Amino acid sequence: MLAGMMYMEDQRYLELIKQRAPKTRHLRTMIAAFFVGGFICCIGQAFNDLCAYFFPALNPSTIKQIVPLVLVVLATLLTCIGIYDKIGEIGGAGSIIPITGFANSIISPAIEHKREGIINGVCANMFKIAGPVLVIGIVASVLSGIIALVLKSVT
Amino acid sequence: MLITYLRVFVVGGSICLIGQVLINTTKLTAAKILVIFLLSGVVLEVLGIYQHIIDFGHAGATVPIVGFGSLLAKGAMSAASERGILGAIAGGLETVSVCLSAVMVAGLLSGLIISSRTKK
Repeated sequence: MLAGMMYMEDQRYLELIKQRAPKTRHLRTMIAAFFVGGFICCIGQAFNDLCAYFFPALNPSTIKQIVPLVLVVLATLLTCIGIYDKIGEIGGAGSIIPITGFANSIISPAIEHKREGIINGVCANMFKIAGPVLVIGIVASVLSGIIALVLKSVT
Repeated sequence: MLITYLRVFVVGGSICLIGQVLINTTKLTAAKILVIFLLSGVVLEVLGIYQHIIDFGHAGATVPIVGFGSLLAKGAMSAASERGILGAIAGGLETVSVCLSAVMVAGLLSGLIISSRTKK
């Protein structure tokens, strides 16, 4: 009898959790993603502005190549000392979508699979997540180049 | 100046917010999310929309992986109009080569130097 009542309590408790938890969790993770993602983009903009300020000789297209480079190096360092994982726990998509998350998805398996050796471990697993992204991205870029060619020959 | 950073923050944050909504509502893995965003960047660039977003949001639009996709498409399209079919094939990789080479060097170096910690 008592067990039955406790079971009922459990059921009600579980239903309460189901009603409340996801909503607040969704809102919190969304806000966190917004702020972490926005902050990382602001760091990129800050590097962009600093480069333009200290090296006025550089043309904007060169600076635009330097910014992702700096962010990748930064993400590598943060991944190596284990901070980027913590940012990922808080920020969710805010840490995955920026280019730093792309770098993290390469560095992280590289470190993780070190025990399996340099070739079979580090190099083979480096592009486990980023590989499909690159394959599809490059195929899509070739397609868009062909589209541009066709449009040019038509007009 | 401050307005620029506000724009960067809002545009970059909004893109990440869309990603978080996708993660929360669907069961997509990180790789699939990245692919979706990269592809949408390529499509938006081909349609000529993404340049407007970059003009408005600056780094807020170029730092997310969507900007990486638009860079790929932009490189392929401009190289195609200059060098024809060879440009269309090579152009995309040429624009992202700096970033890609850097990430490979960084990955190999950190794989060599850092010993993996046991995960909690």
